[in-house]
Amino acid sequence: MNRVPEFYKGIENFFVEVALIVRFTGLIFTNLFKPPFEHRELGRQLYHMGYKSVALIGITGFILGLVLTLQSRPVLVDFGAESMLPGMVTVSIFREIGPVITALLCAGKISSGIGAELGSMRVTEQIDAMEVSGTNPMSFVVATRVMATSIMVPLLAVFASTIAVVGSYVAVNMYSNMSWALYVSLSFDVVAFSDIVPSFLKSIVFGFFIGLIGCYKGYYAMSGTESVGRAANSAVVTASLVIFIIDLIAVQVIELVYP
Amino acid sequence: MGDKVIEIEGLKKSFGDNHVLKNINLELNRGKNIAVIGKSGIGKSVLTKCIVRLIQPDEGKVVVLGKEVPLLDIDELDQLRKRVGYLFQGGALYDSMTVRENLEFPIRRTQLSKQNAELKGLVEDALESVGLIDAIDKMPSELSGGMRKRVGLARTLILKPEIILYDEPTTGLDPVTSLGISELIMSVQEKLNNSSIIITHDIKCARITSNEIKLLKDGTFYASGTFEELKKSKEKEISAYFN
Repeated sequence: MNRVPEFYKGIENFFVEVALIVRFTGLIFTNLFKPPFEHRELGRQLYHMGYKSVALIGITGFILGLVLTLQSRPVLVDFGAESMLPGMVTVSIFREIGPVITALLCAGKISSGIGAELGSMRVTEQIDAMEVSGTNPMSFVVATRVMATSIMVPLLAVFASTIAVVGSYVAVNMYSNMSWALYVSLSFDVVAFSDIVPSFLKSIVFGFFIGLIGCYKGYYAMSGTESVGRAANSAVVTASLVIFIIDLIAVQVIELVYP
Repeated sequence: MGDKVIEIEGLKKSFGDNHVLKNINLELNRGKNIAVIGKSGIGKSVLTKCIVRLIQPDEGKVVVLGKEVPLLDIDELDQLRKRVGYLFQGGALYDSMTVRENLEFPIRRTQLSKQNAELKGLVEDALESVGLIDAIDKMPSELSGGMRKRVGLARTLILKPEIILYDEPTTGLDPVTSLGISELIMSVQEKLNNSSIIITHDIKCARITSNEIKLLKDGTFYASGTFEELKKSKEKEISAYFN
C-alpha cells in the first residue's frame, strides 16, 4: 500500500484547517466591533462560563496547592530550606501551574460545551436560520462566546491560583504551626510583577483559543448527531494541545522580556 | 407575463461525484406559489438552499428579487435575505430562547430602531396569525412538532418577506395538522401577497398551496404543471405521486 499520497493529503488537510481557522478568526474580529452589540448574550455566557465553573476551579485549585506543597516539602526539608516552601509554591502556582491547569479544565468544560452547543445548533439548522434571516450568527453566537472565554479564563486562573495558595497554607500547617500573615508574607515577598502580569496575559490568550476552537469545531460540524459528539471531543483535544503550544511559546517570550 | 421574483437558469450543484442538481430552470412570479416534489435525497432542499446561498451553486444563474445571488458580497446578501423568509423542516427554533425571544431576535438584529412596545406588538401579531399567542412565553422544548413549525413560520413572517421558501412544511405531522399548516400557508399569502416555493412530499399540501407543481428527478425538473394537469398524466413516473 502506498502511504505517500496519504501523507501528503494529511499535510494538505492540516494547512487547509489552519487557513480556515485563520479566516474564522478574522471573521470574529470583524464582527466583534459591529453593532448591534449583544450585551445580554455576553452576560449570559459570562455567567455560564464563569460562575458555573467556580466550584470546579476552586476545588481543583485547593487540591493543587495542597498536593504541590506536600510533594515539595520533603526535598526542601532535606536541604534545610523549608522556609522557602511558601514562596516557591506561590511562584510556581502563579507563573505556571494555576493558569495552565485552569486553561486545561476550561478546555474540558467550556470548549467542549461550546463545541457541542454550536454543533447541535448547526445540526438542527439554527445557525442556518440565523444566516437566512440576515442576523449574522458570527456576531451573536461566536463573538460573544470568544469574548466571554477571553474575559473569564484569566479571572478563573487568578481565582484558582489564590485558592491554591490557601491549599498550600493548609498543607504547611499539617506539619508546622505557621500564621496566615507569616505565610502570606513569605509567599508574596518572592512574587514579582514579572510573575503575575505575563501569566495573566497568557491566560487571556488561553481563553481566546479555548473559545475560538470550541466555536470553530461546533460551527463547522457536519450534519448528523454523531458530529455533535465529534465536535465536542475534537474541541477538547485541539484546545488542550494548543494550550501547551501557547505555553511553550509564552515561556520563551516571557524569558526574553523579563530575563 | 408577471413580475419575476426568482429566476434560475442552468443551476448545477454536485457534492463530490454526486451530481445532485444537473440543470435546473425555474421562474417564480410575484404572488404565485410553486411546489417542488420528488423522492427523498433528490436535491429539493439543496435547490432552496442555493436560492439563499446557504449552499453555493457550482454553475448557473440564480436571480432573486433582481439580485444575482452568487455574486453578492456578504452585506448585500444579508440585505437580500431579510426579504426572503425560510421555514426549516424542524422549525429551527433557537433552543435557548423563549418563543417571544425567538420572534424578537430577527427584528432586534436587523431593525435596530424598533422600540419595545412596537416590538411587542409585532411579536403578538405574528403569533396571533399562526394561532399560538398562548405559547408566547414557552420554551421550544415545550412545543409539539406542529407548534414548532407554526412558531417557525411566525418568526419567518415577522420580517414580512416578499418570498417564503418552505422546506417540507408538513413532514412528520398528522393529517389534520398538515392540513392546518397548508391552510396557514395560503392565509399568509393572502395577507402578505408574497410568493413561495414549497418543498414537499405531501401531495395534498402541494395541491392546496401551489399554482404549479414541479417534479424533480435525476437533477432536473422532469415534469411541470398544475395539479390537475399532472394528475391526468399516464406516465408512471408522474402518476406514482398522484394516485
